Amino acid sequence: MKRVVITGQGSINALGHTAGETLEGFREGRCAIGPLDLRDLDRLSIQIGGQVRGYDETAHFTRQELSLYDRFTQFALIAAREAVAQSGLEFEGELAKRSGVVLGTAGGGVNTWDDSYRAVYEEGKNRVHPFVVPRLMNSAATSHLSMQWNLTGPGFTVSTACASSNHAMGQAFNLIRAGVAPAMLTGGSEAMLCFGGIKAWEGLRVMSRDACRPFSADRNGMVQGEGAAIFVFEEYEHARARGATILAEVIGFAMGSDAADIVMPSREGAARTIAGALRDAGVSPGDVGYINAHGTGTAANDRTECAAVRDVFGADADKLMISSTKSMHGHLIGGTGAVELLACVMALREGVVAPTVGYNAPDPECDLDVVPNTAREAQVDVALSNAFAFGGLNAVIALRRV
Amino acid sequence: MTQSIRDRVVGIIAEQAMLERGDITMDASPQDLGIDSLGLVESIFAIEEEFDIQVPFNANEPEKSEFDITSVGTIVHAIEALVARQAV
Repeated sequence: MKRVVITGQGSINALGHTAGETLEGFREGRCAIGPLDLRDLDRLSIQIGGQVRGYDETAHFTRQELSLYDRFTQFALIAAREAVAQSGLEFEGELAKRSGVVLGTAGGGVNTWDDSYRAVYEEGKNRVHPFVVPRLMNSAATSHLSMQWNLTGPGFTVSTACASSNHAMGQAFNLIRAGVAPAMLTGGSEAMLCFGGIKAWEGLRVMSRDACRPFSADRNGMVQGEGAAIFVFEEYEHARARGATILAEVIGFAMGSDAADIVMPSREGAARTIAGALRDAGVSPGDVGYINAHGTGTAANDRTECAAVRDVFGADADKLMISSTKSMHGHLIGGTGAVELLACVMALREGVVAPTVGYNAPDPECDLDVVPNTAREAQVDVALSNAFAFGGLNAVIALRRV
Repeated sequence: MTQSIRDRVVGIIAEQAMLERGDITMDASPQDLGIDSLGLVESIFAIEEEFDIQVPFNANEPEKSEFDITSVGTIVHAIEALVARQAV
């Protein structure tokens, strides 16, 4: 089996318009969740989110491009440009022929659905923009990335709710590992912060009206975010041969299904997937220094996730750090695992562990070291990133310091 | 109004629990009636639609909501208060 490394990363989310700005936000423990700015906000009972601010789409794309790019595709392209530039890869010849794209998204072009429905239902129009379908399809971002860099290898989009990005990155990892592709652009993107996208979440009544406070005794629900993170995954020898800077090594991945409930998480399902990732990576529980938690800030997730970590790590659970960066950038739904992988790379590469901000009071049911409020310096050799989606679809990735 | 608030709430809960109206007693909890967390969210949605009210209910921590869901009786009582407040 081939070894797989990360040679580029890019992002745009509420914390910043680049991966660098995002990491700065992590180091500062900055909360980028705030009042939302969107149409018909007065008709929403949820008024906060991790919105990408100061964003001018016309600064990044031409008018013709924008007619084809939903906001989730724009985010993916911006993050991918940064990642590819950092990797230094020139996609041409055999490399372009065999490399590909696997991205995660839960909703795809939600803004496009929203705008088009508004036009036909609310405004009574009988005509919508001709590119509604190519804009809104969940696979649009994957296609545009493949076209931008002429990547003619494997290309597909994974949609597994809040685990979409982790599932996508797991597929990219295994494609390179198996020798199918020398490099893959992978990660995820989501842009659900529009009237319809928030109204749908309001209905479930699991949203907080004031803040995302994972693991804190006073947590009262999740907060939505938006954005993308894209990585260049590359076969190790290929990266080494060209003298690329290696950000981290991807060493394991596991996925599994609870087969139990459409919204409630399962302790057994989560534990099985975490243990699977350790096994796939060939590391023992004691090797793991940091876990980027799924940590949504709901009562059910955080309690279940901590119990699952205890089940897998036993006494070692008290030696590791586990934090939820959703407290800073919100829950990016299908894009969340990708942005959160940045925190794992930061822990491994820079020795700085991103905090769980907004933490006010300990919860006996979440009695792990959640790195409250302030980033921490520590040497981390192996990091995990958890994603436990609605419907019990779980995916965990393991990274190692290089 | 042909039906009391209580009757209308009981009707909604009975439908959700797939029980006869007569089986819904005031001291029964949603759990007693076999209504899980999703069923509860759906019942509250139906109640909001029926009475055109906003019910302050957080499914994340139901026990800490201002809205008391201990039993059918407390739910009926809370709905009566919300409807009365809206009529003012």
